[in-house]
Order: sequence, then structure tokens, then C-alpha cells
Amino acid sequence: MAKIVAATGNEAVANAFMQVNPDVSAAYPITPATDIMQRFTSFVSNGKVKTEMILVESEHSAMSACIGASAAGGRVMTATSSQGLALMWEMLFIASGLRLPIIMCVVNRALSAPLNIHGDHSDAMGARDSGWIQLWSENAQEAYDNIIQAFRIGEHLDIRLPVMVCLDGFIISHSIERIEYLEDGEVANFIGNFKELNPLLDMEHPVSYGPLILPDYYMEFRKAQDEVESKVSMVVLEAAKDFEKISGRKYGLFETYRLDDAEIGIVILNSAAGTSKDTIDEFRNRGIKAGLLKPRLYRPFPYEKIGEVLKHLKAVCVLDRADAFGGSYGPVFIDIATSLYPYKEKPILINKIYGLGGRDYLPEHAEHVLNELAEIAKTGKADTVKEYIGVRG
Amino acid sequence: MKLKGWREVTPGAVILEAGNAVEFKTGSWRSFRPVWKEENCIQCLFCWLYCPDMAIKVKDGKRGEFDYDYCKGCGICALECPGKKGNKAIVMVEEGK
Repeated sequence: MAKIVAATGNEAVANAFMQVNPDVSAAYPITPATDIMQRFTSFVSNGKVKTEMILVESEHSAMSACIGASAAGGRVMTATSSQGLALMWEMLFIASGLRLPIIMCVVNRALSAPLNIHGDHSDAMGARDSGWIQLWSENAQEAYDNIIQAFRIGEHLDIRLPVMVCLDGFIISHSIERIEYLEDGEVANFIGNFKELNPLLDMEHPVSYGPLILPDYYMEFRKAQDEVESKVSMVVLEAAKDFEKISGRKYGLFETYRLDDAEIGIVILNSAAGTSKDTIDEFRNRGIKAGLLKPRLYRPFPYEKIGEVLKHLKAVCVLDRADAFGGSYGPVFIDIATSLYPYKEKPILINKIYGLGGRDYLPEHAEHVLNELAEIAKTGKADTVKEYIGVRG
Repeated sequence: MKLKGWREVTPGAVILEAGNAVEFKTGSWRSFRPVWKEENCIQCLFCWLYCPDMAIKVKDGKRGEFDYDYCKGCGICALECPGKKGNKAIVMVEEGK
């Protein structure tokens, strides 16, 4: 029987981690993720979990300790944001290259400079090619559900990769919403016991982690890792199917909203998808065929399936809450454009950069975008491909 | 040795066979070679203790020749060697001379 509570996104994530009861966690505080580990350490102090909690001197050390604990054979988790994730950067590649299923909650926050503590996606976008699986969450419920599913996905014996679960800083992490918690037993059954793979602490079978691999073998390890990426989608869908049985909540690789018969569409990650859906409903009421696609599994990006559901549209706007400086377009736009590349008939694409440093994304922004898309669909012409919206001139 | 393909390598490049460093002869890295002068050796075994590899062979508590298959010529043994009456029992000689 689900328990219905009013909780913040961070509270929900901390609760998920408590129900998972990992063997080890190492963390360093950073706004807006601090709250997760603050709550979790009180669970440790109060004996609600059996986790060995390591308080370290930096995020680089936090990820290093997680790597050591995971290689030793433990179920491991942590949380961070922004500069913290940036400081972990070197170790992110070591976690994925060593194929260690560490689960990390990334509460999305802008990168300095200028210094800013509010939500945008620059932090996680900087880590999108680090070999970590990324699951993105629109609201607190999705963040809670994604954390629990992340353990099943990352720890799967065919996968063994670390997973980042992303949610928007403050907008979701610090806002109170209605959330359904699963029973502790249901979570334990769903994730199962941790399966060790070549653990360092197995004294009967000594192993070495982190050897030097020279040009004669490096490409073979990279190709093997790339091959694993191709299996992730299937495992994500399997986990989602089992998760639906215990929660009643349905998940896929991405969410489509009124997209099947749509002529114009928005592609957007995380919390701003909610605002966009409301505006899409208004446009639908006016007889304009608008729809939305919200990626959930952002890495590995399910190119083929996304191309398939977007190809019939006349015009699509990809909204990015991060810019890829010097790369011409925002990061999500680049992925969507790649997904549609193989098709001869495809929508006209435009790119809007919005909400940087926590700037509000309002219904009027979605309206502006949808009006522009309707015009493009009519004329077959786009004036500007990339534009910042919600910015003063 | 036949090189493995990408399907055969272990996940995360983990080495499953303990002690397989013996298969890789690293002595070719050496540019200076330690030479043992038995007449100056007091059998203190400092060289054996300090060697970062296992390039000093010891039998029945006494040191014997260097194992040049694994000695990388770091020179630590020569530095630590107390010798006898000021004469070192290990001296470094440039390879090829």
C-alpha cells in the first residue's frame, strides 16, 4: 500500500535512498543537493539505515571514495550539484570506465561564473558524455521513482554502469508536492540484493582494478563499453515494466504528450515540461495540433526511437536549459537534430535557450514558442534557428 | 601472445589473474644496470627490502644475482647499499657500456 505524503524533491530522494539502504555513501555538501545528504546522514545517525557514511573534504574525494567502495563490492550512492559535479569530473570517467554501478542524484544547478545557485542544466550537460547513464525527472515523484529504478538499471549484470538521476534545483528540490512512497519491502524486492562482480574484498579471488592499458588494448575496452550502451534501453524498459507493477506509474525512455497527431512540437527536459504541457492543452483547445516530447533516458540517448516519433511533425522547437558555447546550438537540440538526420522528410527545427541560472520559464514563453512553430508550419520557413528567450535586450 | 578482441576483455579492465605481472618482462625499460660486487656485500638484504619490484633473488637467507628480466634500473638498491668499509656492493653502470 503506497503512502501519500507532502514532501520536497530532496526529501523524496533522501527517502528513496533510505529505502534502498546502500552499503556505503560518501558526500560533500553543495546547494541545492545538500539537503539530500543532510537528511540521509540523520537516517544514518538514527539507525534507520546501515550505511557506512563517509564525510570527505571535497566532491573529488566523495566520488573517489564511492569508486573505492563500489570496487570493493558495495552498493553505493551519493548526491551533488553544479560545482560539485564539475569537481568530480575526472572521477566520473573512472567510475564508468571501471564499470561501477554508483547511483548519484544530481540536483541541477547553474555553473559559475557568474556564481549562481539556481536551477539550470549546465552541470549535468557537462557530464553527458562521461559514460554515465542519465535519467531526468520532471517532478519529485519522477525523481523518487527514477532513483529506485536507477539501482536496478546500473547494477544489472549486463550493464554495470553508474547512473545520474537529474532533477531541477530549487524548482523541484525545494518545492513541496504530493508524492506516493512505496513500502520499504516493495523497494527492497524491486532492487533485489546487490550482486557483486569481481569485488576487491573477495579474498579467495584476488583482483586488480585500474591497470594501465596501452594502445594495444585501450580501444578494445572502449568498444566493449560502447557495446554496453546499446543494451541500456532494453534494461531501462524492463525495469520500468516491473516498476509499473508495484507503483502503477508508467515509464518509458521518454514521455510523449499529445504527440501522435501533432503538427508542431516542443522537446524539453525536466520541470519546464509541466508548464509546456498546460500551454499545449490551451493550444489544443484552440484547435492547434501541438504536442511534446520529454526525454527521460538522456544518456545513452535513444536516437532511433526519438527520430521515429518526431519525424512526422512539421516544426519542432528544442528548448535547452544550458548552452553549448561555440557548438552553435544547445545540447538537446544537437541530439534531436542527429535523431532526425536520417529522414528525408523531417520537421523544421528551431532551438531556444531558456531558464539559465533559475530564470523562470513561464506559460508565456511556451506560448511564444508554439505561436512561432505554428507560423513556421504554415510558411515552411524559420527566421532564426537559435535564440535566447526570456532575456532582456 | 595472441591479442584478445573486444568481446573477450573483462568489464572495466579488471585483472582477474592474481600475480600475472610475472608474465610481463619489464627489464627492457632499464637505462642503467645495477651490478653486484659480492666482495663488498655484507648480506644486510637492504637491497631486497627496498627493491620496488622483486628483482633481487634471495635463497637460504642470502642474496644472489639480480633478476634482470624485471629490474627497471631505478637505482634505489645502489643508493641504500651500505657496502663494506665505504665500498658499495651495488654500483650502477650505463646499459650498452
